[in-house]
Amino acid sequence: MKPLLRLLPYLARYKKTLIVGILTVVGSNLFSIVQPLFLGYAIDELKAGMESKTYITSDLLLWAGLIVGFSVIAGFFTFLTRQTIIVVSRHTEFDLRNDFLSHLQKLSYSYFQNKPTGDLMAHATNDISSVRNVLGPGIMYPSDTILTFVLVLTMMLTRDWQLTLLALIPMPLVSIVVYRVSKVIHDRFTERQELFSRLTTRAQENLSGIRVIKSYVREAFEIDEFRKLSWDYLKKNLVLAKAQSLLWPLMFLLVGCSIVLTMYFGGLRVIDGRMTIGTLSAFMSYLLMLIWPMIAFGWVLNLLQQGAASMGRLGAILDSIPEIRDTVQTNHSLTEIEGRIEFRSVSFTHKNANQPALQDIDLKIEKGTTLAIVGYTGSGKTTMVNLLPRLYDVTEGQLLIDGNDVRSIPLTVLRSNIGYVPQETFLFSDTIADNIRYGLDNGDSSIQQASEISQIHKDVNDFPKQYDTMIGERGITLSGGQKQRTSIARAIMREPKILILDDALSSVDTYTEEEILRRLKSFMEGRTSIIISHRISTVKDADLIVVLDKGQIVERGSHEELVAQGGIYADLHQKQLLEKELESM
Amino acid sequence: MHEEEVLGKAYDARLMRRLLKYLRPYRGHVAVGIAMSIVISGMEALRPYFTKIAVDQDIASGDKHGLLMTALLFFVVLVVRGLVQYANAYLTQWIGQRTIFDLRMEIFQHLQNLSLKFYDKNPIGRLITRVTNDVEVLNEMFSSGIVMVFSDVFTIAAILYFMFTMNLGLALVSLSVLPLLFYGTFLFRKKAREAYREVRLQIARINSFMQEHITGMLVDQIFNREKKSFDKFSAINGAHRDANIKSIFYYAVFYPGIDLIGALSIGLIIWYAGANALEGTVTIGTIMAFVQFNEMFWRPIRDLSEKYNILQTAMASSERVFQLLDDTSVLPSPQHPAALEHSKGEIEFRNVWFAYNIPSDGAQSPEWVLKDISFSIKPGETVAIVGHTGAGKTSIISLLSRFYDIQKGEILVDGVNIQHIKPQDLRRHIGVVLQDVFLFSGDIKGNINLGDFLIPLDRVKAAARVVGAHRFIEQLPGEYDAEVKERGATLSVGQKQLLSFARALAFHPKILVLDEATSSVDTESELLIQAAIKKLLQGRTAIVIAHRLSTIQNSDKIIVLHKGEVREMGNHQELLSRNGIYRRLYELQYKDQEVKAQSAT
Repeated sequence: MKPLLRLLPYLARYKKTLIVGILTVVGSNLFSIVQPLFLGYAIDELKAGMESKTYITSDLLLWAGLIVGFSVIAGFFTFLTRQTIIVVSRHTEFDLRNDFLSHLQKLSYSYFQNKPTGDLMAHATNDISSVRNVLGPGIMYPSDTILTFVLVLTMMLTRDWQLTLLALIPMPLVSIVVYRVSKVIHDRFTERQELFSRLTTRAQENLSGIRVIKSYVREAFEIDEFRKLSWDYLKKNLVLAKAQSLLWPLMFLLVGCSIVLTMYFGGLRVIDGRMTIGTLSAFMSYLLMLIWPMIAFGWVLNLLQQGAASMGRLGAILDSIPEIRDTVQTNHSLTEIEGRIEFRSVSFTHKNANQPALQDIDLKIEKGTTLAIVGYTGSGKTTMVNLLPRLYDVTEGQLLIDGNDVRSIPLTVLRSNIGYVPQETFLFSDTIADNIRYGLDNGDSSIQQASEISQIHKDVNDFPKQYDTMIGERGITLSGGQKQRTSIARAIMREPKILILDDALSSVDTYTEEEILRRLKSFMEGRTSIIISHRISTVKDADLIVVLDKGQIVERGSHEELVAQGGIYADLHQKQLLEKELESM
Repeated sequence: MHEEEVLGKAYDARLMRRLLKYLRPYRGHVAVGIAMSIVISGMEALRPYFTKIAVDQDIASGDKHGLLMTALLFFVVLVVRGLVQYANAYLTQWIGQRTIFDLRMEIFQHLQNLSLKFYDKNPIGRLITRVTNDVEVLNEMFSSGIVMVFSDVFTIAAILYFMFTMNLGLALVSLSVLPLLFYGTFLFRKKAREAYREVRLQIARINSFMQEHITGMLVDQIFNREKKSFDKFSAINGAHRDANIKSIFYYAVFYPGIDLIGALSIGLIIWYAGANALEGTVTIGTIMAFVQFNEMFWRPIRDLSEKYNILQTAMASSERVFQLLDDTSVLPSPQHPAALEHSKGEIEFRNVWFAYNIPSDGAQSPEWVLKDISFSIKPGETVAIVGHTGAGKTSIISLLSRFYDIQKGEILVDGVNIQHIKPQDLRRHIGVVLQDVFLFSGDIKGNINLGDFLIPLDRVKAAARVVGAHRFIEQLPGEYDAEVKERGATLSVGQKQLLSFARALAFHPKILVLDEATSSVDTESELLIQAAIKKLLQGRTAIVIAHRLSTIQNSDKIIVLHKGEVREMGNHQELLSRNGIYRRLYELQYKDQEVKAQSAT
């Protein structure tokens, strides 16, 4: 239950509403608790009237009116209860979910690499909603339950304490049954869920490996295995059903026993004249009023347990400290970036990796120049540029921009001056314009300008609603090249001091690529650019080309120099010439 | 995601009829279930009746013994009712479980028969949802839905019966609020459904926003857009909250409203009883019974909206499930299949044309992946297929196993067109080793024999020995029983490949299809793999998509595929001297291996 304590600050924001809510619970209980009494009086009066043969309608109408009237008032209070407590639970859910996302936004890149999106999504949906249950029903029902219980018990005890005790003999059993049986149900449910996830995994594996299965004609075997698992799942479900089916009949039986006891002993009292028939009727009504609290007790306990577990999981995420953030080291007087970059003996090792991804990188990139990075897959190119916007921090050495360690530059200043086009283009399901603008307030002319440089403008004009065309699931699907060009426009739009293109032209045809590079050239005047590419054509005009191999710079120089060196670069160059030849054959 | 969120109508006769078919094998059980529901409903309605007897007969006449008898009888009824209720609850679960077991197996079996074309089009995640979640939703309908609806109807009927037989006037008076109740419930259901739909819509929006922004968190962060994205999220989140608050309002009105209608009915009962008390038609016991009936009556009606939701989601799920079951992307199986008991392993492609998609309008020419491919392989020969990316190499091997049907030409095995052979019979003769080794979670043995009990452990071991996998398997805890994690997570790339070789070998195929992996492994594993491939190719017809120089050099024939056409054919030396496509491919892909091999020795 301890994790739930951290919800207190959330609830504190709505303190007043919650207090009003609790008061309305009291109100509705007070007004509904007396209704069985009114009914009882009415019955007694009827009985008296029947026996004495006198006409009694006016008094009866009073009781009837009181029942309806009190019901209206009680109902109004119940209405208010839901409108306060449950509404507050939705407000806190809102706050909690907002906090959850804004915390995620602070966490660094490596966090998301180790945490599957599915897991985070599950926390955001299931866990938040079960915490919400604690806040709403988890507050409303217990307060209602306890109050009803106390009030009803008081009513009954003051009327006839002996009969009350007799009638209540089975009641503790109800709570025990609810508690015990729901524990069994919970355990069996967990077992069942486990089998369900095995069943899901099996289906998942089967469908992913369908090619192998068909190749080896193992369909029949797979069906058999799945049948066995399904059958086990069925059996687990039935074992669960045995416990589940027990709960309600058993409870009704116990409650029924209470009623029988009340009827018999109460009846004896009425016969002996120690109790009126109206009181007996009130007793019976009260017993029925107690059923719900008894059931709710066990149920709410479950809610609280689940909510606590969920809050624990959420807490673990909310407590994780962002690895990369502004610290005491940050120099807040830095508000501008020029674009002079220096790697000073930089090494970087991924968490849990044995080998460094980058080793002793020494490199100076002057403002306004273009650096190209080439190398085989896995040679550390992306890691190298990821250090610039501080997706990772260097393990050794220093990365300087304008002579300042990147760790001393405020994150927002650093990142807003870098235009990064990542290897995997990621666009949001939004309009083209919003994807390019991406939160900037610049006018349409700059969108168009950026799109022209990145050569997406012409494509966009052919789209049904031009820049207002939705992309993604609910819109059109862009080709790989179009995505890359949109993503380049997005980076250009920000007029960055440093532009990073990480293999960002790989899906663009060579003609368009040349066109983009030509236009970029004039745009990049006075800005620093870093281009990663597999294609020699993309990098050959760069001011400096470095070749990375196993995390180290193994070659550096201009295109001509490197071709003459006869190393990895020359080899790549040679191969690309061959590919071109092949393409034309 | 979005398609899953759409809520259709709650009742569709066509879907319902089809769903009910699944209950047919258990109609006896369903009948028993319904019978038990009747009993339960009847006994449920007896409760107020006992109150009436106790009050009017026993208590009124001071008959203590009679009261005891009534109480005891009541107790007996309670116990019996409890037992029947328990049995019934279990039975309905049993019926639901059996039914969805059948349905689930039908879907799964259907999936096994669908062709690869189907799998190319349908994301696996969606298919899994069909087998698991959608079926699960139907369970709720089968178990709690159908029988419980009967039970509700019977309860109402039984209560009505007792009410009317006890006192006609009182029954009419207390039921006079019924139209109000129906109207209220109807109004609530309508409003609540609208609100619920809105909530679902907003939930879907929240989920897709979250999904997208967690996946794209990197982009948000490097472009410094956290604040803007957060504002956007907060707006959606707020819309979700407001939709919920709106639906809270309806619930907040509905529940007290129902209580109020109940109170109204009790008020009416009292008033009517008072007005008629002197005539002696109404007894105290009757009034008490009616008060109880009054309470019992609301529950089944209140449940309606819940049942409605169950039904609605069940309809949506069944629609999707049936859509899947109706998909007929199955390869046509020959009516009079040619027998292929023992294959010699002779293969011929005769003017084969193939495209993955044929434009439906017929006007456009399809995108041919293979154009007019012809070649033949004699039994026991090894043929290497080489070509640049996108040349159509993978398509050739998929066609041989008949994962797809060709549009023009013929593929012959032992001189028989493979379309005349049952796909399963054909595939039994072909051992396929794919580039991307797929391992199942389970154990080593099961990954080699794929659960085929006709391949006993010694044959598994023998196969592993031949390909040199035995050595590393021996080192594993439990050896052949060692656990294999999903996708073989704990094994190295080289080990996985050796396992897949052993798998192919264990099945004694006459024809071997090998798509060599390009991923680099350490030198030791590389040597092991090369040796294994040599063993694997011995004595069988083989088509290899080659990435290794050694494999190419050892093959009898090399087919050079370029842009979907066979451009060159011959052995290594012949092709090299031709100075054509092969020569360039060689320089691009294989020459380095020669250099490395030389420097290694």
